Amino acid sequence: MLTSQFLTYVAFFVLSAIALIGAFLAVTLRNLVRAALGLILSFMGVAGIYFVLEAEFVAIVQVIIYIGAISVLILFAIMLTRGLMTSAASTQNSQWIGAAFVGMLMFAVLFFVAITTNWPLAQPHTISDLIPRLGADLVTTYLLPFEAVSLLLLAALIGAIVIARE
Amino acid sequence: MIPLQFYLIVAAILFCLGLFGALARRNAVAILMGIELMLNAVNINLVAFWRYVKPAAPTMDLAGQIFALFVVTLAAAEAAIGLALIIAIYRSRDTVNVEDVDLMKW
Repeated sequence: MLTSQFLTYVAFFVLSAIALIGAFLAVTLRNLVRAALGLILSFMGVAGIYFVLEAEFVAIVQVIIYIGAISVLILFAIMLTRGLMTSAASTQNSQWIGAAFVGMLMFAVLFFVAITTNWPLAQPHTISDLIPRLGADLVTTYLLPFEAVSLLLLAALIGAIVIARE
Repeated sequence: MIPLQFYLIVAAILFCLGLFGALARRNAVAILMGIELMLNAVNINLVAFWRYVKPAAPTMDLAGQIFALFVVTLAAAEAAIGLALIIAIYRSRDTVNVEDVDLMKW
């Protein structure tokens, strides 16, 4: 019992470190292709955190959609707009100090809220038939948002083709 | 059991890194990468709340995960449209530096 809890902690800290280091690389590296690879590392760490949270379906969706689709789209866009990427000019704009200040302020606020709020905690429950229940809920309780999001995906698909077409 | 606060703090750091990336980067693709990081941080929060916080009603006990799945879908749509816009701007202006795209700047 004690060892499994210890291993959960180790997994959580290692995966968090992967996610945060990847994110740091993604926002600081000059070479955009390397920054996108850092972004993929961060997505992997986040998928691992979902596994620690026992949300395995969301973790798999994260791997398929974020790492499989969105990262490839971003890399594709970087390759298509290359040439200006390797210029000597700085990759940060002139207001990066202000941006760092805003980020730290935001973190201070979020940290304070996370620590001081009295969350209505429940005993963590494990749902054994998680994926069948997710599927059933999507077509019963959440039917309207499910249909709306499918319509949105169709609109985004058509819009992306129309905008990017020559 | 890992306390809920640990997840919230990791998500907060991830969100602020994404915010910094979205505000400080020059390249439009890099700004989009920062936005993706922020969406990821929000998703960690949603799934952590699903696991730890009492649901409002018994039928809503999967709401956090469903919400996270919808956010992933929206992120995919946003990435597709955003990158299509960036490629269209690159075609007409020959740059993806957001400081050079100032046609509508007063």
